[in-house]
Amino acid sequence: MSDTHAQTVSFVRESMIPQSPPPTGNRGAVLWLRENLFSGWLNILLTLVSLYVIWWALAHTMPWVFNGIWNAGSLSECREIRNATMGEGSSAACWAVLGDRWQQLMFGFYPRELYWRPVLALVIFLAAIAPVLFAQMPRRALWFTALSPFVMFWLLWGGSVWFPVSVGLGFVLGWAAWRALAPLAGNLVAVIVAALLPVIYWLYSAGPLARELEQAVALSIEYVPSQDFGGFMLSFIIGIAGIILSLPLGILLALGRQSDLFIINKISVGFIEIIRGVPLIVWLFTASLLLNYFLPPGTNFDLMLRVIIMVTLFAAAYIAEVVRGGLAALPKGQYEAADALGLDYWKAMRLIILPQALKISIPGIVNTFIGLFKDTTLVVFIGLFDPIGLSNAIRASVEWNGIYWELFVFIGLLFFICCFSMSRYSLYLEKKLQRGHK
Amino acid sequence: MTDTTTARTIDRSHMQVSDEVAIEISDMNKWYGAFHVLRDIDLTVYRGERIVICGPSGSGKSTLIRCINRLEEHQAGRIVVDGTELSSDLKNIDKIRSEVGMCFQHFNLFPHLTILENCTLAPIWVRKTPKREAEEIAMHFLEKVKIPEQAHKYPGQLSGGQQQRVAIARSLCMKPRIMLFDEPTSALDPEMIKEVLDTMIELAEEGMTMLCVTHEMGFARQVANRVIFMDQGQIVEQNEPEAFFKAPKSDRTKLFLSQILGH
Repeated sequence: MSDTHAQTVSFVRESMIPQSPPPTGNRGAVLWLRENLFSGWLNILLTLVSLYVIWWALAHTMPWVFNGIWNAGSLSECREIRNATMGEGSSAACWAVLGDRWQQLMFGFYPRELYWRPVLALVIFLAAIAPVLFAQMPRRALWFTALSPFVMFWLLWGGSVWFPVSVGLGFVLGWAAWRALAPLAGNLVAVIVAALLPVIYWLYSAGPLARELEQAVALSIEYVPSQDFGGFMLSFIIGIAGIILSLPLGILLALGRQSDLFIINKISVGFIEIIRGVPLIVWLFTASLLLNYFLPPGTNFDLMLRVIIMVTLFAAAYIAEVVRGGLAALPKGQYEAADALGLDYWKAMRLIILPQALKISIPGIVNTFIGLFKDTTLVVFIGLFDPIGLSNAIRASVEWNGIYWELFVFIGLLFFICCFSMSRYSLYLEKKLQRGHK
Repeated sequence: MTDTTTARTIDRSHMQVSDEVAIEISDMNKWYGAFHVLRDIDLTVYRGERIVICGPSGSGKSTLIRCINRLEEHQAGRIVVDGTELSSDLKNIDKIRSEVGMCFQHFNLFPHLTILENCTLAPIWVRKTPKREAEEIAMHFLEKVKIPEQAHKYPGQLSGGQQQRVAIARSLCMKPRIMLFDEPTSALDPEMIKEVLDTMIELAEEGMTMLCVTHEMGFARQVANRVIFMDQGQIVEQNEPEAFFKAPKSDRTKLFLSQILGH
């Protein structure tokens, strides 16, 4: 081309080209199959091998699952039925154990006539958590959410209704102290008093107050001790309590670790590193054995409560690190803009920083929750009857001696359903909180 | 790049400098670690002044205006804003911050909130303005920066110029008496610079006290009543724009001006 090209072919576009759809051959299921499964000789081979492996695995497990026997009183009866109907040595599960023992797997040794109480507690829990999980629910329902822990506690353990009421009064007391003091003595003093006052009240006055009230107006249902709790009910209680309590604690620890205040910073770092650096099982043994040495003799500090505290602290350390990642991912400009508008620290955190940091941390937080929920099975080692513990107990009986797979499949499936729902919810939440990107 | 002169004529009827002091900085020094960023800064800003601060990068001009609302802490000297001295007393800092508006190079809008929520957040939570009233104020200022129709979008859906105008509106919603601009147009495409400068000019026409770190020399010529040139953490030269551009006195200023206006 000559040097004068630019002068000889000057060009001015007179009309803009409108957008048009892609060619039709680039869409559809056949195209997807060809591109993803059969795009070359190697891929065709790999597809065929994979299909064979899947077929082989299903061919060996599905008959066992679907030929399963549902009506039998013991493992030997199961085998007799199998031999009679399908022939000696054929593969069939003995699901009858679930029919026979599902109540134990679900409730442990909770009194049979009181099963309605944990079930009702679960229904209340689902109703209470809904307004937290889904923003479409009316905001007023959050009052119900705030009250529900006390109702659930009362339903599960029973006893006098005045006990949860007097514990709940502690929170009201703290709130009232904060409201009264904040305008007079400043925020910091108010927060400290509002935190200390309920603790003192719980330690010294809540118990006597509950007893007084019970004597005045007796209102109690049958008490069920923690030792009778077991099965999935136990996993749920420990898991849910741990999840709900560890999130706020973890967030506070993450903020503490980021803080410029030397003591708060070092306490947070120390707590996180120590809790995270030691296996959960060690903490559970600490909870079950060692704490008894440190507590004053005669104190009856419920084992389940100790386990919940330990699991909460453990998960909180992980949550703190996950949230710290979210905080670190925010551009410094967000902090500066919040400062420049005159928002104080807590408002800036609550309105600007945490909503964004937590959104970034959702996958990590849910990951920690799922881990925590599955780790509740570790309590079997300190003598609590979680589903694994109960499967051992069921196997120890004469009727079901020697049954493994069916119980583990059932336990695994229930855990999977719970964890998978959490995972789906986290995806839903991420999508919902998605904002236009720049 | 630096001379995006605006064609409009500027209404100077409200641009009056009073003798009331808005900001008084005396003997102010700041270090980052061992690095002496700001050295013996003395600056008095009167109400109604429009000051443009320019200088090479690293000269401390951003740090200077960030000290005025305590995004950076100074280690020696005094800064008095609207009669309140900046000290480590949090009450004073929050008071000053709510009266001094600031716009950043990267806008720093809150991406999880709508444009309207961005604008109403501080009035509601800092000034305790009722929500409805805060929304009315916000819409008023969004109309002023000419993007009321974007009120319910999220920042990520807006162009850079629009975002910066929202950031200005967001600051104005707090009814500030002083506005600080930290290179408000440096992150923008050339096409968007003008819309932001127009908004800033309108603000100046209403008599707002403004301190503006910028390389927009056209803006400085037209709007500023004083141009400050900084280098190595010091104020090297300050003058009225006319004199500053026509007859810079220091060699450093001459070199700087020849470099940014030279081509």
